[in-house]
Amino acid sequence: MRLRGSAFVMTLYLLFLLVPIYWLVNMSFKTNTEITSTFTLFPANFTIQNYVTILTDPSWYMGYVNSIIYVTMNVVISLTVALPAAYAFSRYSFMGDKHLFFWLLTNRMAPPAVFALPFFQLYSSVGLFDTHIAVALAHCLFNVPLAVWILEGFMRGVPKEIDETAYIDGYSFPKFFVKIFMPLIASGIGVAAFFCFMFSWVELLLSRTLTSVNAKPIAATMTRTVSASGMDWGVLAAAGVLTIIPGALVIYFVRNYIAKGFALGRV
Amino acid sequence: MALELQAVSRVVKGQVHIQPTTLTLEKGTMNVLLGPTSSGKTSLMRLMAGLDAPTTGRLKWHGQDVTGVRVQDRKVAMVYQQFINYPAMSVYDNIASPLRLMGKDRAEIDRAVRATAEMLKLTPMLARKPLELSGGQQQRCALARALVKDAGLVLLDEPLANLDYKLREELRAEIPRIFEESGAIFVYATTEPEEALLLGGNTATLWEGRVTQFGPTPTVYRQPADATTARVFSDPPMNFVSCFKEGHRMNFGGTANAPADGAFAALPDGRYTAGFRANHLHLNTHSGTAVEFRCTLGVTEITGSETFLHLTHGSDRWVGLVHGVHDLTAGAEVSVWLDPTHVYIFDAEGRLAAPAGYAMAA
Repeated sequence: MRLRGSAFVMTLYLLFLLVPIYWLVNMSFKTNTEITSTFTLFPANFTIQNYVTILTDPSWYMGYVNSIIYVTMNVVISLTVALPAAYAFSRYSFMGDKHLFFWLLTNRMAPPAVFALPFFQLYSSVGLFDTHIAVALAHCLFNVPLAVWILEGFMRGVPKEIDETAYIDGYSFPKFFVKIFMPLIASGIGVAAFFCFMFSWVELLLSRTLTSVNAKPIAATMTRTVSASGMDWGVLAAAGVLTIIPGALVIYFVRNYIAKGFALGRV
Repeated sequence: MALELQAVSRVVKGQVHIQPTTLTLEKGTMNVLLGPTSSGKTSLMRLMAGLDAPTTGRLKWHGQDVTGVRVQDRKVAMVYQQFINYPAMSVYDNIASPLRLMGKDRAEIDRAVRATAEMLKLTPMLARKPLELSGGQQQRCALARALVKDAGLVLLDEPLANLDYKLREELRAEIPRIFEESGAIFVYATTEPEEALLLGGNTATLWEGRVTQFGPTPTVYRQPADATTARVFSDPPMNFVSCFKEGHRMNFGGTANAPADGAFAALPDGRYTAGFRANHLHLNTHSGTAVEFRCTLGVTEITGSETFLHLTHGSDRWVGLVHGVHDLTAGAEVSVWLDPTHVYIFDAEGRLAAPAGYAMAA
């Protein structure tokens, strides 16, 4: 009896969790007429036309391409910068290291809106407006500190004696870092990359402010199409579904380390 | 071929970790650094390895100054108390990694790795990852990596401290054999006097960052240069009692008198401190020359066939180690006997004034 009770609660819980996502998927396979006129739990006229629209119209699919480009750039830049920084924080003590380390985190606390205006003006004046690198760099503002914090936590768990043993064995620093050290914190790198990906992928305000046409992200495309020619509900829903997929894929790969990542590597 | 430390010291943030130390470790010797926790064993070892730079002084290797040389370019190997291996590599790759960095060819590496693995009984584990091994095997792997490169200087920093009793005994018995085969200078840090005695070779006793004595292990044990060395190189620590000499009479602790003959004969009259080891206290007397002390018994610890007595004599706290199981009540008055030939006499500065008679005979 108890088992059935808990199963019932669990089912209810999952149902509530999945309702919005189900509704999105449901809508994406309906026609606009069906969406606006009637209430149906399943698509009455099942159609994949919405997906076809997105995957054939450059103004839609380029949104994904742009997003993927700047998110990838951002992940690469963030990790390249954060790895040595985190190593320094975890291994050396220098003047003001603790303050600097905390100050990094405070960057994460500022709302992106604060930086939208200065970034817009700055990137416009140096000719970076509407480029992928502009968005990638802007997202570094909060992704680099996050990556440093996560990686530092993982690196602290590696005893310093491993570094020294490697030096004694004859490893140079770069060789040691790539061959010995990075495999040891591989899960940390994975988690940091995931978090950078996630925040960059969902961030809307900065990416919309800093782009117009050439680097316009999918999230911006979605919000801008709303008022174009009435509401194209079906296409929007399909775009939403396609936006969820990359995140779901990435989260699958780091699922075992997410908790440690949320604790900034300090578990 | 030797490692020379010339007035090497290390000061970190105003704190003296190593007092100026001059030591010469000869080729093919086993050298034990013996001292309690935070006495500077590891600090001294890190200076020898080149992991830390000395604040003052020079290090010479084969007569060449290596003070500023990078650790990668020195021919050293080190094993830590913690089991340090490269977790991402197999045991084979762990052992092979120093050789690969030297640019040796495959066949040669393979031969060296297999020979070293054989010596350390790691052959069946070569394909496994270090973290899949037991503690003893992990430490063997670390030892193998240190030995395979044929370094002239092998530093072992309490390598057995994290192992359980049985494995420790086993591996400790092997270390002298490994050392014989390698022909390198071995430096072995330990907190246990027993370990130093089992390993033999030379011993340097450390106390608060200072090498108090360096010499052949039995000599340091039998003829400690000062009270500090005697305290460090004695487990349980050496017992002390104040004493004085007056003519032909030696007085210990105010109550016990003994004739001032043998080693004491040459001492000038005056006040001294007498030191003796726990195992030289007896609960009964066999010789007429033994002196008696009345002590208050604190705790007794029975370890199978031996009994530790924690005694209070006046303001001094002593530990006695007697054979057999003695069931004594705490707080009782007990008589303990001490043969004066087992007593070391230290002067007011703590320097050895007269070694124990038995030590001179040995």
